[in-house]
Amino acid sequence: MTDISRTEPASRPFGDRFRDALPKLVLSPSVAMVAIFVYGFIAFTLYLSFSDSRVLPSYNLVGWKNYEFLFRIRAWDTAVTNLVIFGTLYIAICCALGLLLAILLDQKIRAEGFIRTVYLYPMALSFIVTGVAWKWFLDPGIGLEAVMRGWGWESFRFDWIKDSDMAIYTIVIAAVWQTSGFVMAMFLAGLRGIDGEILKAAQIDGASTFSLYRRIVIPQLRPAFMSAFVVLAHMAIKSYDLVVALTGGGPGNATEVPATFMYSYTFTRNQMGIGAASAVIMLMTIAAIIVPYLWSELREKK
Amino acid sequence: MATAPTSRFITAGTGDPTQPRAKGPRLSAHLPRVILYALLTLFCIYYLLPLYVMVANSLKPLSEITAGGMMALPDAWTLAPWQSAWSTAQIGVEATGLRPYFINSLVMVIPAVAISTILGALNGYVLTKWHFRGATLIFGLLLFGCFIPFQMVLIPMARMLGLMGLSGTVPGLIFVHLVYGIGFSTLYFRNYYAAFPTELVRAAQIDGAGFFRIFWRILLPSSGPIAVVCIIWQFTNIWNDFLFGASFADFDSQPMTVALNNLVNSSTGVKEYNVHFAGALMAAAPTLLVYIVAGRFFVRGLMAGSVKG
Repeated sequence: MTDISRTEPASRPFGDRFRDALPKLVLSPSVAMVAIFVYGFIAFTLYLSFSDSRVLPSYNLVGWKNYEFLFRIRAWDTAVTNLVIFGTLYIAICCALGLLLAILLDQKIRAEGFIRTVYLYPMALSFIVTGVAWKWFLDPGIGLEAVMRGWGWESFRFDWIKDSDMAIYTIVIAAVWQTSGFVMAMFLAGLRGIDGEILKAAQIDGASTFSLYRRIVIPQLRPAFMSAFVVLAHMAIKSYDLVVALTGGGPGNATEVPATFMYSYTFTRNQMGIGAASAVIMLMTIAAIIVPYLWSELREKK
Repeated sequence: MATAPTSRFITAGTGDPTQPRAKGPRLSAHLPRVILYALLTLFCIYYLLPLYVMVANSLKPLSEITAGGMMALPDAWTLAPWQSAWSTAQIGVEATGLRPYFINSLVMVIPAVAISTILGALNGYVLTKWHFRGATLIFGLLLFGCFIPFQMVLIPMARMLGLMGLSGTVPGLIFVHLVYGIGFSTLYFRNYYAAFPTELVRAAQIDGAGFFRIFWRILLPSSGPIAVVCIIWQFTNIWNDFLFGASFADFDSQPMTVALNNLVNSSTGVKEYNVHFAGALMAAAPTLLVYIVAGRFFVRGLMAGSVKG
């Protein structure tokens, strides 16, 4: 109490101190919520993945046992294989189709606004709606196959959705339908941002349209490719709704993906420890993609 | 669906996909306009086909669908599938139609969107105009929370809702959507306010305006566009959510997406495809309407969640 410099701040009116703290006070509920419900919960699930939890959480640690189990379960193997197939095709086709559509739309098209609206509307739908539409459209009994046969093409076959080996590709079809317009919009934004002067100069130098795209335009779209990759990869890993609505993980468990695996092991098979371990692996995979991306984004502005 | 407007998609300059460009390379020399338009039309058909299938088949009797007429327009037009889907179809064990679940979704989405948007605006304001140490770190941690696979929080959240007495209720779902919606709404407002002239804020401070007064009188009046973007984004995401609804709702608090999935997958006996399509269109209607009315803001929301401040 004898130290003047120390008593000085305390002697400031309460109103002042309150005012200084106000911004942080306003931010604090959100920070607290995220701290508990994101990071606290991540820690909790991480802990459970090392415990012998079955129906209910248990705090009894068992080391890496759940992870060892997980990698021996055939359904998990299927889920991971499916995710690799689905993710690769989904990202590749969305990017290729998105780029093609963006280039086609960037040719001073009449009614461009309308066409863009048509390409992008599936993005506004729920994956459940998309799943229902494609589930019946691809159903051999009433959908495409039945229609083609009705039109006279008697030998037409398209029963992938009922075929264990092919069903995963129907999920690619529906997912590409839903998201490719979005990727188109990303690339279109990228195209629109390219400096017209550079292109004009290259054209004057005699570059053909093809080499113009290959050597100048597409390399400049690298950031758009990066963004598209990150967004699509993260969507692929999280995809759950579409699989549930389209195939329900079937036939059998032919279209099981990590997200459906986690759900069924945790909530219907009462293997919470294994479910938690599978969630941790999903998180790690997404983190490996997102963290470097966020890092570079947030650092860049300094 | 839950996607991510992470990126600064617009890095290569400041392209806006909704604005045509003055000059640029033209394929025209190699690709006749006719073929160009034919290709574009073909893709229009591809994207519209499922919508056509849903609409056409929701307006015809079941017999026309099972007879292989999925692609045809209805012979005998009927609204019966819509009536059935809305008020009499069997959802799980009860024949209530989708109406109660549509209402559940509305009751869930409105407060969740409102609160997360307000909190996002305040957070964005604090993070950009009241600099303090660690602001970027806090923002990064908030952002990462948007991308985690929600499977990671399902188990503890189920327990937490139980402890809070909100298990299986609509308020419980509101709470969950609020918590996981804050990240994105903060992202939107932060990036928007980052471009807002800080000098105006400082000048108002010198004039003696307080924290809330500055927000209310200076930032909020110019926040219209980003508020629309944020509201549309949150509305679409929360309305379309399935995972949280399936995990945390009881039978009578299910949102629309979960009820639709039950309608389609658990119906015993004859599969009433026409009713399923009508139900799917009901679930799609609100977000589709928003998209048609405010498409420009929807696209901006997808694009402009640019992390880069």
